Amino acid sequence: MRGLLQWIEARLPVGRVWRAHLSQYYVPKNLNVFYLFGSLALLMLLNQLLTGIWLTMNYTPTAEGAFASIEYIMRDVEYGWLLRYLHSTGASAFFIVIYLHMFRGLLYGSYQKPRELVWVFGMSIYLLLMAEAFMGYLLPWGQMSYWGAQVIISLFGAIPVVGADLAQWIRGDYLVSGVTLNRFFALHVVALPLLIVALVVLHILALHEVGSNNPDGIDIKRLRDADGKPLDGIAFHPYYTVKDLLGVAVFLFVFSAVVLFFPQMGGYFLEPANFEPANVLKTPEHIVPVWYFTPFYAILRAVPDKLMGVLAMGFAIAILFVLPWLDRSPVRSMRYKGWMSRTALALFCIAFVTLGYLGMQPATAITTWVTRVCMALYFGYFLAMPLYTRREVTRPVPDRVPRR
Amino acid sequence: MKALITVLLWLMVPLAAWATPAASIVQPIEIDMADKAALRDGASTFVGYCMGCHGARFQRYQRVADDLGIPYEQMLKTLAPAGASIADHMETRLQPADATAWFGAEVPDLTLVARVRGTDWLYAYLRGFHADPARPWGVNNIVYPNVGMPNVLESLQGRQVLDCPEASAAQPCTRLRVIPGTGSLDAQQFDDKVRNLVAFLAYSADPVKARSQQIGLYVLLYLALLVILAYLLKREYWKDVG
Repeated sequence: MRGLLQWIEARLPVGRVWRAHLSQYYVPKNLNVFYLFGSLALLMLLNQLLTGIWLTMNYTPTAEGAFASIEYIMRDVEYGWLLRYLHSTGASAFFIVIYLHMFRGLLYGSYQKPRELVWVFGMSIYLLLMAEAFMGYLLPWGQMSYWGAQVIISLFGAIPVVGADLAQWIRGDYLVSGVTLNRFFALHVVALPLLIVALVVLHILALHEVGSNNPDGIDIKRLRDADGKPLDGIAFHPYYTVKDLLGVAVFLFVFSAVVLFFPQMGGYFLEPANFEPANVLKTPEHIVPVWYFTPFYAILRAVPDKLMGVLAMGFAIAILFVLPWLDRSPVRSMRYKGWMSRTALALFCIAFVTLGYLGMQPATAITTWVTRVCMALYFGYFLAMPLYTRREVTRPVPDRVPRR
Repeated sequence: MKALITVLLWLMVPLAAWATPAASIVQPIEIDMADKAALRDGASTFVGYCMGCHGARFQRYQRVADDLGIPYEQMLKTLAPAGASIADHMETRLQPADATAWFGAEVPDLTLVARVRGTDWLYAYLRGFHADPARPWGVNNIVYPNVGMPNVLESLQGRQVLDCPEASAAQPCTRLRVIPGTGSLDAQQFDDKVRNLVAFLAYSADPVKARSQQIGLYVLLYLALLVILAYLLKREYWKDVG
């Protein structure tokens, strides 16, 4: 056994990678519950990949067969229903985890120097995940699959000059059809997962190059012991592997309860209208995207002009990419930032959740105005950030992680 | 900060108030999915009254027989059409072309209807037919105005009519009255019949529900144990972190 390990080690850096990324990768010892969502996101990615492979074995990517093949999976394939519910609930759980992971970044300034690339890779993953989820949602070929895709793809039509051709190029047809379903299937099961996995590798490599941030935003690498080990750092393995294991167990408890007891989640995870096969001639009364898109959908709807709405929606996502360069604060964590940053983040979160709620409701004159107020708060958080982060009085950050 | 959040939450109260729909005709009903006899009665009502036009084309006779405790022989003799195999899907004999010719529309498949409409809606709908000579089938429905199908349960329920002396376009009538002696079941029997049918449709839309919940209990028990063990393991390792 030992001989075999040495033989491999001479040819492949297994031990070196193990030490660099696990047993001798030093992580601040004060990470709190918000730091679990990174490994949980990885868990959800694995869940989506594995259940996705088995679903693909039984799914028919044609307009004629897609809907029936989902019901075949739900009824005739052994444990097919479990695979399907794990995958559909997994998509929503993935977004919950990702949103909390991003919130952690905002709360403790994890995007600040030297972690700008970590943030940018993360945002790219988020963008790809949205594309992945959108394309995956077409595959059951239900009413909401169909009309949701129709609405979102038609947004490209708002772009001047090339818009109409672009939308047609994406669909591969004059309207969403079996051709669109086929290409979305290819992108959903091959192209996008490959890209996402590659970006996750980059995200983790970039993180491990500079090390994890922590709730106090202290740079633990500055103070080291005689061996060069950070004074406030502990090895990722075993300390954080066992802590993450606990997080995984708690998460799986909640996740399994949803999967096995209420996979529809009151219509938020699986929309009722999507149990009706796609019908080109019958437009549903309310076309509502799944909850994780509704904040952006609300923004889109609240702008009177279609092109401006599309631009506002795109801007709402694009501005997240440049966040590391908007924050001019000398400190990272909210624990040491001033009241202006705290208020701005609180308002931003309230606005984001409210937008998500309003995006699910039919638009009325009043909801449209509430949406616009929330939009102002959403964009204000980012656009005013260079001002309030520079002006406010911050508290001094200690050298060592404080005892609590 | 707290005050601000409170103010914002209060501002959202009117939003929550509109979110509640004013659909008072559709009332919540209780359905006991564990009552196999009720589900069997619902299955026979479905086959007898619905399947002439509507199918449940994703559902197999065999699966229904297994889940509801109906012997295969009885299933084939009483519920499945002559010559059908136990593995066949519960498809209607109505041809789509005939459906379009007779009803002016395709007749929807009902396997998943309970997941689309919900059981409360189905119950209210099936009990909501009333005589209306202006409609092609002589009936209309207070839940689904201008409905395109006849009241197939009329022989059971009897002839139901609107019961409002002064209804207007602004305030449509939602009170119904059955003309006594026109149906073979009394009101209570008919309501039970419809409830059983709705229960069967709910089962048909999500046949794994019972099994899923049964597995769920064991999964959650196992995970609860895992949480405890993982917590103890974490605590043991973290003892040496200062």
